[in-house]
Amino acid sequence: MAKVKPRVKVPKKAKAGETITIKTLISHPMESGQRKDRKTGELIPRKIINKFVATFNGETVVDFTIDPAVSANPYFEFDMVVPEAGTVRFEWTDDDGAVYDIEKSIAVTA
Amino acid sequence: MELTRRDALLIGAGAAAAAALPLPALAAEQAAMDEAIAAFTGGAAVTEGGVEIGAPEIAENGNTVPIEVGAAGAASILILADGNPNPGVATFNFGKLATASTASTRIRLAKTQNIVAVAKLEDGSFVKGSRTVKVTIGGCGG
Repeated sequence: MAKVKPRVKVPKKAKAGETITIKTLISHPMESGQRKDRKTGELIPRKIINKFVATFNGETVVDFTIDPAVSANPYFEFDMVVPEAGTVRFEWTDDDGAVYDIEKSIAVTA
Repeated sequence: MELTRRDALLIGAGAAAAAALPLPALAAEQAAMDEAIAAFTGGAAVTEGGVEIGAPEIAENGNTVPIEVGAAGAASILILADGNPNPGVATFNFGKLATASTASTRIRLAKTQNIVAVAKLEDGSFVKGSRTVKVTIGGCGG
């Protein structure tokens, strides 16, 4: 299996109360379960990221439920308000139960 | 009322226009869409408008179509595509910190079709928006 690598873009610093844009990308084939193997003619079993959650200091920012119609290497972009300094944690859940995660901290400037 | 030839033609033209307006969606697709929306809303009434969908008018590659959805004050947004094998695309739930309630992603579209977004607002009501995307090369199977 290709290595799954999560990548996120989060500003390192923000003002308290500022709205920031977060971009996330994870390398994943997102096998839809609709495709057939060209040699054997059999369906390739579904294997996708079915859940993406971002939390800030434990509080949920976004919680996305994902169906096979989301493209390979799923990309998500969303806005978030920074109330205080803290850590954003991103979690992707695979169909096979694996969880890929990454954390980024945000410092608050005056 | 007497039906003249002119009236009959007008009625015929009107009926044809009405039939052509909604994209030729198959009954089965429509049923799957209605079912998905009902599962999300729990049967509550859905009003048109209030949901922004950003998508290209023509997508050359149906494998990655960039879309953006947003609705002011939405707690969650359900995204559906009526021409895909399964209509569900994703459900976005927004927490208190995601004040803008907008998000973008990239999706697969099998053919030219409508993207429908149903948003649940914080007061519990539902709003809906839709947008047609023309797809040159489909993004399923292969």
